[in-house]
Amino acid sequence: MKKYSVFAIAREAMRGHKGWEEQWTSPEPKKEYDVIIVGAGGHGLATAYYLATEHGITNVAVLEKGWLGGGNTGRNTTIIRSNYLYDESAGIYDHALKLWDGLSQELNYNVMYSARGVMMLAHNVHDVQVLKRHVHANRLNGIDNEWLTPEQAKEFCPPLNIAREARYPVVGAALQRRGGTARHDAVAWGYARGASARGVHIIQNCEVTGVKRAANGAVSGVETTRGFIGAKKIGVVAAGHSSVIMNMAGVRMPLESYPLQALVSEPVKPVVPCVVMSNTVHAYISQSDKGELVIGAGTDQYVSYSQTGGLHILQHTLDAICEMFPIFTRMKMLRSWGGIVDVTPDRSPILAKTPVKGLYVNCGWGTGGFKATPGSGNVFAHTIAKDDPHPINAPFTLERFRTGRLIDEAAAAAVAH
Amino acid sequence: MLLIRCPYCEEERPELEFRNAGEAHIARSTNIAGESDDDFEKFFFIRSNPKGVIYERWRHIHGCARFFNAVRDTVTDKFVMTYKAGEPKPAKLPGASK
Amino acid sequence: MNAAFRIPGAGRLRQATASFSFDDKSYVGIDGDTLASALLANGVHLVGRSFKYHRPRGFLSAGAEEPNALVQIVRDDARKTPNVRATVQELYDGLTAHSQNRWPSLAFDVGAVNDIASPLFSAGFYYKTFMWPKSAWKNLYEPKIRAAAGLGVSPDRPDPDHYAARYAHCEVLVLGGGAAGIAAALAAAETGVRVILADEQAEFGGSLRFESGAKIEGEDGFAWAQGAIAKLKAMDNVHVLPRTTAFGYYAQNFVGLVERVSDHLKSPGRELARERLWQVRARRVVLATGAIERHMVFADNDRPGIMLASAARTYLNHYGVAVGRNVGVYTANDSAYAAAIDLKKAGVNVAAIVDLRDNPTGPVIDEARALGIEINFGRAVIRAGGKLRVSSMTVQPKNGGGERTIPVDAILMSAGWTPSVHLFSQSRGKVAFNEETRRFVPGTYAQDCVSVGACNGTDGLAATIDEAYAAGAKAAKDAGGRAGKSAKPKVDASESWSRGMLGAAPGAGPDTTVKAFVDFQNDVTAKDIRQAVHEGMHSIEHVKRFTTNGMATDQGKTSNMHGLAIAAETLGKPIPQVGLTTFRAPYTPVTFGSIVGHARGALFDPTRRTAIHPWAAAQGAVFEDVGQWKRAWYFPKAGEDMHAAVDRECVTVRKVAGLFDASTLGKIEVVGPDAAKFMELLYTNPWEKLEPGRCRYGIMLREDGFIYDDGVVGRLAPDRFHVTTTTGGAPRVMHHMEDYLQTEFPHLNVWLTSITEQWAVIAVQGPKSRDIIAPLVEGIDMSDEALPHMSVREGKICGVPTRLFRMSFTGERGFEVNVPADYGEAVWEALWAEGQKHGTCAYGTETMHVLRAEKGYIIVGQDTDGTVTPNDAGLDWAVGKKKTDFVGIRGMARADLVAKGRKQLVGLKTKDPKVVLEEGAQIVDDPKQAIPMKMIGHVTSSYWSENCGRSIALALVAGGRDRMGQTLYVPMPNGTIEVEVTGMVFVDEKGEHLNG
Repeated sequence: MKKYSVFAIAREAMRGHKGWEEQWTSPEPKKEYDVIIVGAGGHGLATAYYLATEHGITNVAVLEKGWLGGGNTGRNTTIIRSNYLYDESAGIYDHALKLWDGLSQELNYNVMYSARGVMMLAHNVHDVQVLKRHVHANRLNGIDNEWLTPEQAKEFCPPLNIAREARYPVVGAALQRRGGTARHDAVAWGYARGASARGVHIIQNCEVTGVKRAANGAVSGVETTRGFIGAKKIGVVAAGHSSVIMNMAGVRMPLESYPLQALVSEPVKPVVPCVVMSNTVHAYISQSDKGELVIGAGTDQYVSYSQTGGLHILQHTLDAICEMFPIFTRMKMLRSWGGIVDVTPDRSPILAKTPVKGLYVNCGWGTGGFKATPGSGNVFAHTIAKDDPHPINAPFTLERFRTGRLIDEAAAAAVAH
Repeated sequence: MLLIRCPYCEEERPELEFRNAGEAHIARSTNIAGESDDDFEKFFFIRSNPKGVIYERWRHIHGCARFFNAVRDTVTDKFVMTYKAGEPKPAKLPGASK
Repeated sequence: MNAAFRIPGAGRLRQATASFSFDDKSYVGIDGDTLASALLANGVHLVGRSFKYHRPRGFLSAGAEEPNALVQIVRDDARKTPNVRATVQELYDGLTAHSQNRWPSLAFDVGAVNDIASPLFSAGFYYKTFMWPKSAWKNLYEPKIRAAAGLGVSPDRPDPDHYAARYAHCEVLVLGGGAAGIAAALAAAETGVRVILADEQAEFGGSLRFESGAKIEGEDGFAWAQGAIAKLKAMDNVHVLPRTTAFGYYAQNFVGLVERVSDHLKSPGRELARERLWQVRARRVVLATGAIERHMVFADNDRPGIMLASAARTYLNHYGVAVGRNVGVYTANDSAYAAAIDLKKAGVNVAAIVDLRDNPTGPVIDEARALGIEINFGRAVIRAGGKLRVSSMTVQPKNGGGERTIPVDAILMSAGWTPSVHLFSQSRGKVAFNEETRRFVPGTYAQDCVSVGACNGTDGLAATIDEAYAAGAKAAKDAGGRAGKSAKPKVDASESWSRGMLGAAPGAGPDTTVKAFVDFQNDVTAKDIRQAVHEGMHSIEHVKRFTTNGMATDQGKTSNMHGLAIAAETLGKPIPQVGLTTFRAPYTPVTFGSIVGHARGALFDPTRRTAIHPWAAAQGAVFEDVGQWKRAWYFPKAGEDMHAAVDRECVTVRKVAGLFDASTLGKIEVVGPDAAKFMELLYTNPWEKLEPGRCRYGIMLREDGFIYDDGVVGRLAPDRFHVTTTTGGAPRVMHHMEDYLQTEFPHLNVWLTSITEQWAVIAVQGPKSRDIIAPLVEGIDMSDEALPHMSVREGKICGVPTRLFRMSFTGERGFEVNVPADYGEAVWEALWAEGQKHGTCAYGTETMHVLRAEKGYIIVGQDTDGTVTPNDAGLDWAVGKKKTDFVGIRGMARADLVAKGRKQLVGLKTKDPKVVLEEGAQIVDDPKQAIPMKMIGHVTSSYWSENCGRSIALALVAGGRDRMGQTLYVPMPNGTIEVEVTGMVFVDEKGEHLNG
């Protein structure tokens, strides 16, 4: 792998940028691999990368039905934070956050991790109770998250409307300064480049159509649109399609897949310096380096694999954005799109072994998977390599729904009384 | 915004009048207290989440307020049919080729 | 006064003048101009700077596809709109516009240094650098990049304009008002069905605006279009919407359109919205969205003065403006000839036509030749000269050879036409590539729509009108229209062209390093696309994202097909195998305001107020938001802060009595022969044996065994329960109950009615409560014997019906007086007057919270959080032990829900009674441990209790009930607080006050 640097760019500039090598190769699939990862999104590619770099397992194929990074990795609003309530969640998201810091250097690929701060707004007494619970728990977990007054919130994000007469006035905010954003495509591409350089095969336009199991019940490989490919271990990291793939292996999942929409505005000069989220009015916003306001909407209410949703969902989101930022009504929506998010009953992911030997699953990230990408790939690689979960993902089992040992971040946000 | 036919009102109405209520034809056991852990997990947590035809429940919450069932394709989001709660899962779908 | 480039007698504008300014310089235009045509009339081509290289840019187009001419329109300080396409903005007298993304001025932009350094700024360069040192990305590089990026400037004040919204239904919705759309609308309208015809332009006609050769029904094409529109407007079943862009095609023929209502007016009245969102559900949709001309991809093809041939024709034939005095033409198809001919006839010198094709023939070529225009076949323009304005074009035989530079002040180009399949594709239809004409056209349809005319790849006006008229008639018939009489417009003369080229022109091929722009706004050149492919970006989506081709504000309307062709050529694959990127809504950018409509400020979300709200407001109550409700939080007297008010209210209630507005509590009536059976299934408690007239505190679980809601339930009769829920929980509890009743227990004969809004609820709590209520009550024996704690009676108060509950959420003797909401305020005032005799107070939600915490009564959603079982909350007593079924019975038996060490609700007392814990604060048993600490619980409720003379708190603590008396610790940023684990009751442990 030729190193990227400003010197490399200068060198290439002299010869018309014709000397760049392919960032990843597009090999023909082999007959068999030690490990097959199903899904070349950020999580899957990171898993392959860490299998190679931390566990020395390079006979790996990442199979992707479309183009790498084309699922939720390339469709999300790129928010990164780790200020989750429960120890288990805080553990995995902060593991990821620590990896984000330094990921560009690790991958020699500028993923543009930008710790510009994530601010979560409180609009009523109940919000204050919930967010302060997070602030206190995070502090004792060693995770930065601080409480701001409305005035401090406005200082941190000047266009924010903190008028007391607003329909839902801002009464405080929790700020994680290490939170921020990263460039989503670059994350997929950087991991793909790193994995490919270490011998991992990234095979695009290769859809898995079946999971084969040997006589002893263990997995033996996958049927694909490009033929059978053998493997002793299979990691399913297929986001919205996880339950489809797991069904092929005979495992029914506690998952439902919903459309999640997002939109960007036309680019403008810097105006929103951080990430702002509000659970009560239900919207979140940041501004990309290009200048587009990046806005996330809620999910549609029904199961769908269509990657489209209703206009009324975007409408509600923009209502909320313009309530928080009344100066933005003359801004224009440039592009909207949808992804498919797989949601578990407790809104926490599943990163675990499964009842099928050699089959591992990493799914259920719902609307918040991007931020976990490096951490998720890192511990999932461990789980596959050692056939045993890393302590960080050990709580995120498939069995927890049977035992009731849920990690219910949504419930912790509770409901208004 | 989907257009949904309420089988009670016998009218197509916009999605805003409805609330989706999850997968259909998952019956609560009459002896739920005696169910095994596995069966309870299947009942309450496991979902088929199909890519293709789904049998799902809707409620005409801002209309007649009735729950009913629908058959919909989750890839195209097109409804195949809707029918009243309590009616059996249709054996054959209208327009189905197989 | 005529502007220099306005040609007398040309165009269709009347001569009413409008003055305007651009970058603080004043100009004069004509009513009906766009900002673009008015600037061009004044000889202004330089209007913008590109995104990355800050290259000077002029107008590429005369329409919505414009990538370059984006300006800021300023009406006043609060009405500044960035990124407005000058080609779309209609001129009004006094219009003020500024150029964007330049400093210090448009002609001299420091940022243009990027252009000189552009070899460094190749596609995706930023992924490869700015990584050292690590901290520099955040502190140095990113701020610089962000400041350089972005185009216009966001408004900085709330928008005083308002936005309107309409929903509409029709049988036939026709999108696009050119010849095809008008023909389809005419045919559909004849059948009597409801028709909506929308077009993004101010005037209908589409390409008839510039097609000087079109004749329909014996008239000039554009004139015919105006007549047809007048006819349609006169029909009752037709709605004609100009200035209306269909931006999104959603499921089941649901189309979003935005009508620009007043952006073209000099001083729109307050009664006019700025824009109006139309959400239309149509039985059938006719897509008549036309086609967009492509530019030629050659070196420096972005110089101001280089534009699409059809744009130059539009400026001439519609606006009467010549885009230059000495123009060159560069084309790969016939349509640019028509532009040359029109300009030549208008007296503009056409320096030369350069045609890539070898020996094309046809009437337009003959006509151009006959007009004496120099025509060069088989040649390419390999370079444009000039910086702020094109000054020359350098021509070379396309297979190489001698160069010749021709001075020009404008270049009109055409590489062919791209059908506008955006909306078709959004409808989830699949496009198909036509190899012969090298274009994507609608293939497989997914919805009830049809494409007609240029967007369907239909060439020629006669063919278009045939197709569109037939499609309009069929759509109407399919949607239930009666057979109409056919009045298909007759085409007398027509222009027709097709073909052209895709990709880079000769001179910008793979062996060159020239800047031949594919995507103007984002500065994506042919070589950038090739570089992306060389770097392994083999999917068109990767190419797009890596180069940003097609991601600018024009969303690739002119660039996508060129980019695709260059990528396909580099990959050595046919175009259809490389595939097209997805078309996404919106078709053109849509303001947030139009989407939001009226849902701003107070109308963002409904505000719910109780019947007693006006009284509380008049008393100076401070309100808090609870869900959509405004609830009185506390009632400060003069000089009191919140603490003082709450302390006073708390003491008064326990000593005398207080009035509290509990109307927001959810209320549901459960009625029917099987009502008790139903209650048994929905609540953990037993209900069958509850006597009519008595109440019980009920707990509702979800099937998973966690507490979902709670509330006091009164049994009014054997078959009638009056259920109360939490304020926020009312709708979901009702939904939950209906779900079980309708789908799991449909055999039960029960009726559920939400009565939250029907009953106002006045809580009267405190030792004097009975004395206050009794004088006003008729027909209810208020004695302790007849009306013991936890009972309910129906009777009258102040002459109106009441459901009088004897119950307490304070631990004191208490009542909740339910009266019909219309009488709520009157009864409150009567009770208030009675209360004043005893020295009672009104209290708000804060005091309610303190008083209930003093008694250890929980608030679901505060002391529980969706992970708490009845046992965790110390409410095992409320679970019917003999019951064999209720919702949650199985879930709460799961291993983890009955495990030891679960978090349990307990009381906490700080060692220092003056210290009030913070709600949400975390609890540890070893304060000396290092971070991360092992947390064993958190504070759920915490208050200063004036009645106890100390702070009190409730907390969820692991194994809490086994820790009574233990000292635990609450580490705070400024020191650790010691607490003792206690029971949850802080006042009147024996419960004697209930009858006190």
